[in-house]
Amino acid sequence: MSKQFNISRQTGFTTIAMVCFVLLYMPIILLVIYSFNAGSSIAIWEGFSWRWYQSAWENEQVQEATIRSLVIALWASGISTFCAVLAALATTRTRKFRGQAAVFAMINQPLMVPEIVTAVALLIFFAMIKVATGYTGLAYLIVAHSAFCIPFAYLPIRARLQGMDLSLEQAAADLYAPPFQVFRRITLPQLWPGILAGAMLAFVISLDDVVITEFVKSAGQDTLPTYMLGQLRRVVTPEINAISTVLLGISVTFVIAFTVLSKIKN
Amino acid sequence: MADMSSTADARASRRRWLLLAPALFILVFAAAGPLLITLFYSFLTPGDYGGVEWQGSWQAWFNVFMERDIFDDTLAWSDAHLSIFWRSVKLSLMTTVLCLFFGFPTAYFIATRPKKQRDLWMLLIIIPFWTNLLIRTFAIVELIRAEGTVNTLLLWIGVIDAPIQMLFTEFSILLGMVYVYLPLMVLPLYASMERLDFSLVEAGYDLYATRLQVLRRVILPLVKPGVIAGSILVFVPSLGAYVTPRVMGGGNQLMIGNLIELQFGQGRNWPLGAALSITLLAIVMVALLAYVRAAGNQEPHRV
Repeated sequence: MSKQFNISRQTGFTTIAMVCFVLLYMPIILLVIYSFNAGSSIAIWEGFSWRWYQSAWENEQVQEATIRSLVIALWASGISTFCAVLAALATTRTRKFRGQAAVFAMINQPLMVPEIVTAVALLIFFAMIKVATGYTGLAYLIVAHSAFCIPFAYLPIRARLQGMDLSLEQAAADLYAPPFQVFRRITLPQLWPGILAGAMLAFVISLDDVVITEFVKSAGQDTLPTYMLGQLRRVVTPEINAISTVLLGISVTFVIAFTVLSKIKN
Repeated sequence: MADMSSTADARASRRRWLLLAPALFILVFAAAGPLLITLFYSFLTPGDYGGVEWQGSWQAWFNVFMERDIFDDTLAWSDAHLSIFWRSVKLSLMTTVLCLFFGFPTAYFIATRPKKQRDLWMLLIIIPFWTNLLIRTFAIVELIRAEGTVNTLLLWIGVIDAPIQMLFTEFSILLGMVYVYLPLMVLPLYASMERLDFSLVEAGYDLYATRLQVLRRVILPLVKPGVIAGSILVFVPSLGAYVTPRVMGGGNQLMIGNLIELQFGQGRNWPLGAALSITLLAIVMVALLAYVRAAGNQEPHRV
C-alpha cells in the first residue's frame, strides 16, 4: 500500500464536529457571561457585577419558586427512586414472565408519549379531582413528577443490577437468608451507586421540567422554570441569566457526579 | 416435587408483582390513566367556560380537520388545523435531517478518538442534554433577537445597517429545535459507532474504495440502527414541541403543541384539545411502530 489511510478521518467530519461543539456551547457561555453584566442589557457588556445574582436572591417570587422546585424535586426523586428500585429488582431477578412486555411499555411510557399530551391529560384528570376534593396543594405536582421520573431512575438502577454478579446473592439464599436480608446485606451495598445515580437523574429531570408543571400547577404554584417562562414575556433583564446560570451549575454538577457514579466498579 | 416448585413459582410471581406495584400504581394514576380520560373527553361537548358538558359528541373530532359554517351549518374541509399539523411535521422532519447532518460527523469524530478522550467528548454532549430545555432555548433567543449578540456583531462589523428579524420566524424555531435536540441524535449514533468494527473500514480502504464509498457501503449500513434510533428520538419530541415554538415562534408560528394548549386556554374547547392531543399521540405511535419495524429488520443488537 502506497498511502496510509487514517480511519479516523472522513473529509469534513472533524470540521463539522468542531462547529457542532462550538454551536452547542457558545449560546450557553454567552448566557453565563451576561449574567455578570453590570448593565441591564443582555447583549452590550458594561462591566463585571454580581448585581443580578443579588437581585435574584432578594426577589421573593424567585425565593418561593426555588423552594417549591426543590421540595417537588426531592419528593419526586425520592418516590420515583423507591418505585424504580423495586421495579428493577422485579424485572432483573426473575425469568421471563407473562405481561413483561406490558410492564416495560408502562415503565417507559413517559419517554414515548409527547410531554404536551401527558400534560393536558394530567390537566384534565387533576381538574376533575380538584373539583371533587377541593384540594389544590403540591401533591398533584409531586405525583406527576414522580411518574415521569420513574423511567429515568429505573434505567441506571436496572443497568447496575444487570451488571452485578448473582453468585453472592445465590450463596446467601443457599445459607437460608430471607429475601429481605439478602437485599439489605448483599444487593444493596453493591447497588447503591446505581440508586444514587438514578435518584440524581430523577432530581435534575424534575427540577428542569417546564411543560407538565405549567399545566398541572394551581394558581401561585410557580416553580423556577415556569417562573422563567412567565418572565420571558416581559422585559428581560440579566436576572434571568443569573437564575439560569445557577440552574446550569446544578445540572452540570449532577451530570458529572452521575457519570462518576456510573463508572464505580465493585 | 412438582407441587413444591409450583408453589415456589407462585410465591416468586406474587413477590414480583408486589415489587412492581408502587411503580405501576403511580404510572397508571399519573400517566396511562389520564390518557384514557383524554380519549374519553374528546367525545364530549365543550362547556361554556372551559371544561366539558357530559354529553357525547363527535364534534371535536370533526373540528380537527373540518369547520361548521356559521351561516348554513354545513361541514367544510378546513385547513386551519391541517396547516399547523403540516408545519409541525415539516419542521420536525427538517430538524431531524439537520440533526443527522451535524450529529453524524460529530458521533463519528468522538467514536474515532482514543479511548480515554471519548468519555470527555461524550460528557460535552451529555451536559447540554441534561441542561434545562428552557435555558437552552433562552440562550439561543439572546443570540438572535433584534438587539442580540449576532445582530450587534453584524452591525458593528458593518455588514448590515439595521438588525435582521430572526426571532419569531420558522427559521428561529428550526434553529432552536436543532440546538436543543442535537444531543438526542448524537447519543444513539455514538452508541452504535462505538461498537463499529473499524477493521472493516480499513479493509474497505485496502480494497481501494474511496472515502465516500466506504462511508456509503461500509459505515452507513453498520450504524443504521443508530441512525434510525437517533432520528426517532429527535422526531418525536420535535413533533410535540411546546416550549421552543412558544418562546421563539411568537403567535403566528404555532405548532401542534401550542395549538393544543390554545384549546385548553383561550380557546376553551377542551374536547377539541383532547382530540388534537390524541391525534398527535397517534402520529407519534405510527412513527414508533415504523421504528420498531425498521429496527426489527436489523441484526439483533447487543446492548
